[in-house]
Parts: sequence; C-alpha cells; structure tokens
Amino acid sequence: MFREAGPNLWELPKTGRMRVPGLLYASRPLVEGLDAKVREQLANVAALPGIVGAAYAMPDAHWGYGFPIGGVAAFDPDDGGIVSAGGVGFDISCGVRTYRTGVKEADLLDRLESLATDLYRSVPAGVGSEGALRLSRRELDEVLVHGARWAVGRGFGEESELAFVEERGRMRGADPTKVSDRAKERQLGEIGTLGSGNHYLELQVADRVYDERTARVFGLAEGDLLVTIHCGSRGLGHQIGTDYLKVLGAAGPRHGIVLPDRELACAPIRSVEGQDYLGAMRAAINCALANRQVVGHLVREAFARSLPEARLSLLYDVSHNTCKEETHVVAGASRRLFVHRKGATRAFGPGHPEVPERYRSAGQPVLVGGTMGTYSFVLAGTETAAARSFSSSCHGAGRQMSRMQAKRTWRGGALIEELGSRGILIKAHSASGAAEEAPGAYKDVEEVARVAEEAGLSSRVARLRPIACVKG
Amino acid sequence: MAAVAEHFEHGADVGVRGRGATPAEAFAGAAAALTSLWASDPGSIRPDVEETIRCEAGDLERLLVAFLDELIYLFAARRLLFARFDVEIRASPEGPARLVAKGRGERYDAARHESTVEPKGATLTALRVASERGGWVAQCVVDV
Repeated sequence: MFREAGPNLWELPKTGRMRVPGLLYASRPLVEGLDAKVREQLANVAALPGIVGAAYAMPDAHWGYGFPIGGVAAFDPDDGGIVSAGGVGFDISCGVRTYRTGVKEADLLDRLESLATDLYRSVPAGVGSEGALRLSRRELDEVLVHGARWAVGRGFGEESELAFVEERGRMRGADPTKVSDRAKERQLGEIGTLGSGNHYLELQVADRVYDERTARVFGLAEGDLLVTIHCGSRGLGHQIGTDYLKVLGAAGPRHGIVLPDRELACAPIRSVEGQDYLGAMRAAINCALANRQVVGHLVREAFARSLPEARLSLLYDVSHNTCKEETHVVAGASRRLFVHRKGATRAFGPGHPEVPERYRSAGQPVLVGGTMGTYSFVLAGTETAAARSFSSSCHGAGRQMSRMQAKRTWRGGALIEELGSRGILIKAHSASGAAEEAPGAYKDVEEVARVAEEAGLSSRVARLRPIACVKG
Repeated sequence: MAAVAEHFEHGADVGVRGRGATPAEAFAGAAAALTSLWASDPGSIRPDVEETIRCEAGDLERLLVAFLDELIYLFAARRLLFARFDVEIRASPEGPARLVAKGRGERYDAARHESTVEPKGATLTALRVASERGGWVAQCVVDV
C-alpha cells in the first residue's frame, strides 16, 4: 500500500522483487481516486533491471499498459538497464504544441465561429482521415530522420520555430531501417493529420496568470488568445509499438529478464533488440514532431484567412510518450540515463542547456492539456524536479472514468450544447467521440496542476480556458 | 452457438471480447467487437470484397493479438472493414497456433460508418483466451 511520506508524496516501500521504491506525487483526493492498478504497475516497473532511484508516478497517473500512464522511470545502461516499449506506449511522442496568436480574446469579436469552422475544415481529423500530403517511401524516411526540420524544409513553418521544439525539432539517433514496412505504410497519407480519441485542436484564453515574471518570459499575458494542438506520431508510432511489443517480448527472456507483466516487454539498452527499438522509437518521435509542425502550419493558414491580424509564434512543443537519453545527477554523480516518460512531460528547470535561450532563466515550458470543458495549464520546469522526478511533470488531467462509462453518462449532442452554453464552441468529427471525452471523465486538472507545483515538479505560470475545440 | 461480440471496461481504452462454442467463434466475436469501434452498426458494412488473413503465433493468446493487429493494420493501410469473418484455427500444444480468416467487407466510408475512436493496437492487457462455461472466450484491451 502507499504510505504518506510527505506533503503530496506517497511511497510504495520496496518489497519482494522491487529494486527501488515507488513514489507517487498526489494529494489525498487524487490518491483516493487512484486506480488500484497504478500501484501494481508501479511496483512492477520498480522491479525492472537497472532502474535508478525510484519508479515515479505523476499526479495525473492512471492505469496504462505495463507502465502506468503518468509513469517515469530512468535506467542505467551500465547497470544492465533496460528500454521498454511498454514504458513509452503506442502513441509514441504524442504531445502538445501551443502558439501565441498576438491577439486578445476581445479582438475576436464575432469571428470565433468562422475561425473554428475554418480550423475544423482545414486540419484533417477523425477516424480514417488523410492529409493533403502523400509521401513517397524515400521522403517518409527523411521525415523519420529529420523530424520537424523536414517539415520546415518543405515550407511548413519557419526555421526560427525549431528552437521551441524539444530536441530542436530533430531527435538524434533515429534509424528508419528499424521501422517496419507496415509502420511506414500506415503513415504515408497521415502526415498533417490530428487523429481521433483524445486528440484535439483548441482555441484558449489565458484567463489567469500565476507568475507574472515567467509569463513575461514566455510571452504570455492575461486575456491572450492561444491555440494548442494535441496529437502524436499517428499510424507509424502505433505500428512500432505493436511490432516491438513482440520483438522485446521475445528478447527479454533471452537476456534473462523475468517480467511480472508481459506488457512491460523490454530488453537491455545494450542489446541488439534494445538498440533497434531505440532507433525505431526515435524515428517515431521525429514523425510526431513533423506531424505537429505540419498541423501547426495548417492552423497558421486558417488564422491568416479568418483572423488576418493574428501573428502565430510558437510558445513550445512537448512530447509525452518517450524514452530519452539524458544526463542526471544521482547521489552527487553525473550519469547518462534512459528516462522513460509515459504520459509525462519533460520539465527541465532554469539554466538547463536544453531549455531555449529565451526561456532559460525561467525553465522549460510544460504544456498540460486539460479537458475541453475545464482548463489547460502552462507550467515551468523547476530545479527541484531534477532530484524529485528526473525533471518530469504531469501531462494532462488524467482519465478517471472509462470510455464506456462516459458514453453511458453523457450524450454527445447534449454535451456539446451544454459546453456551448458555457461559451465553449465544440466542433466534433464524432458526437459519441465527444461524449467519451467529456470533461467529467477526467480528474480535476486544477488539482493536478496545483499538486505538480506544490510537489516541486513544475510551477504554474498561466491557466488556459478553452473557447473552441476541434475534436478528432 | 453463434459468436458473441462485446466490449468491456478499461480505464482509458476499451476491451474487446468474443464468445463462442469454439476458439474460432470466440476470435470472430472479438474481431466483430473491434470492428464496431470503427462502425458502431456492423450492419452498415457491406460484404462486397473478400480478404484472407493469415497469422501465426506461439500460443492462442498471442494469436488473438496478432489477428486483431492484422485487422488494425488492414484498416490503417487500406481502410478495410469487415462485416463478418469465417475463422479457422489450428493449434497444438507442441507447435505454433495458426489462423486463417476469410473476411467479407468494404472500404471505410465516414458518411455511413459511425466511429468514435481509432484503434491503435491490440494490447496484452486483460488478454485471455480460455474455455469458460462450456464455451470459449477471447479478449484483450485495445489502445484507442
């Protein structure tokens, strides 16, 4: 059982095969609403070879595959550390990209409907949707190596934006030869598409600023209109997840790894299978970065038509489902570790060299996607998170109700009407899909953001209120 | 006993389950449950084209995941949906389990097939193929 170990901190003591303890950052209400599976999954992660420090769960944690969603774990290759497909998930590098627009909510006047309609029509979304681009296999390989840089080279956005994308828009170490033909085939028509499920495109207003100084550094002020994209690596990432669940599932036992849950499918970082997965997974990160770059360009074009005085500038682009090699100080020693973040955001603090120069005094922007009926948040990475969570924070509200239960509880049409009466315009490709994404199906995102701040994982900068949402 | 298709609860995603007199029928039911995520009314799928699906895996449970992954791939790459399946399974304790399924269906049409989510991959969560109450059950959670 979790033991209260401090304010907003719960410990799962080391027992049985656990090599390290589990640590959960949560308030009492969040712990009380926690899925029992999170505890079991955190204990399983803590038993994996080469894990360093602890197996962490962020305040928005919920039941995932192998690893909990909201799970963070770092592994040392020098200590037999592993890389796990279950530690990254199927939607590799699913993430959030937010643009400032240079206009205030008040400047929209009566143009919200036309702007939202334009966005709904110009960004392909929903089940089975295809983008305007149909890539050749050779060009797709370029995407997989160069990420958002490929997109900028094709005229989707500006070179200067890349500084505000994690990895400066290009994940190094990607190896397209480790990506199956099937994964590539699933992607040829999907670049520049939003997808479905919890993916969205949202117009938001910064309605509360918590930290004026950091907000100024991030270029944010109360009343600002922002636009946020939430999507991932699409079919390519999903197929890589599927392919490597099998490859790593078979590899583990060959390397003497006994798994408490087969979904943890993993191999030593220093093994052929581990390196193959890393090469493919990094290619999927590039695919996601390119995808959000292209979608961002489509959004910018829609703004140029419907709100021509707007000037979109990229605030930041974060990825939620990744495994990245990073330097962390553990017990006074600097170590190269492979940090899995599954439904968790990297949150480097002030001064970190990976934080764009413009924001370096303030820390990395941590973009937390909430629900279409509540809020999203802009947080900033903190120095304390380095020691508390390998510089990681929450990623969203976190589901608390299953999709089936949500569909039984809400009707899509009525929900869209109710949100409309509260000043939130919903453009949904599927009404029942909207019901599954009802705000009430998620945890209280304000509580999640507050806990992330009080636990020292990241600090609140601004709260974003949705005014229009395009659902995939 | 005809194949039965149903969904079951999972925190963030959705479980698909088939029941039948034989493993093959249970697999067909699980496939129908998966298909209904793309087309909530399976009756809206026209059985216009036939596709043969072949899979192999170390055991029956892995075979179910491979089969559902094959259907997810066929939708993602070719937008194919199936109204019905005739499934044959050969499994022995010594060798691998093999499946041949003949599916009849058509290409996805957003105007006629009401879908809510896009299945990304079959998972090993709640994965079970077993004989139960005189029949067979085949199930797992699908990431959507």
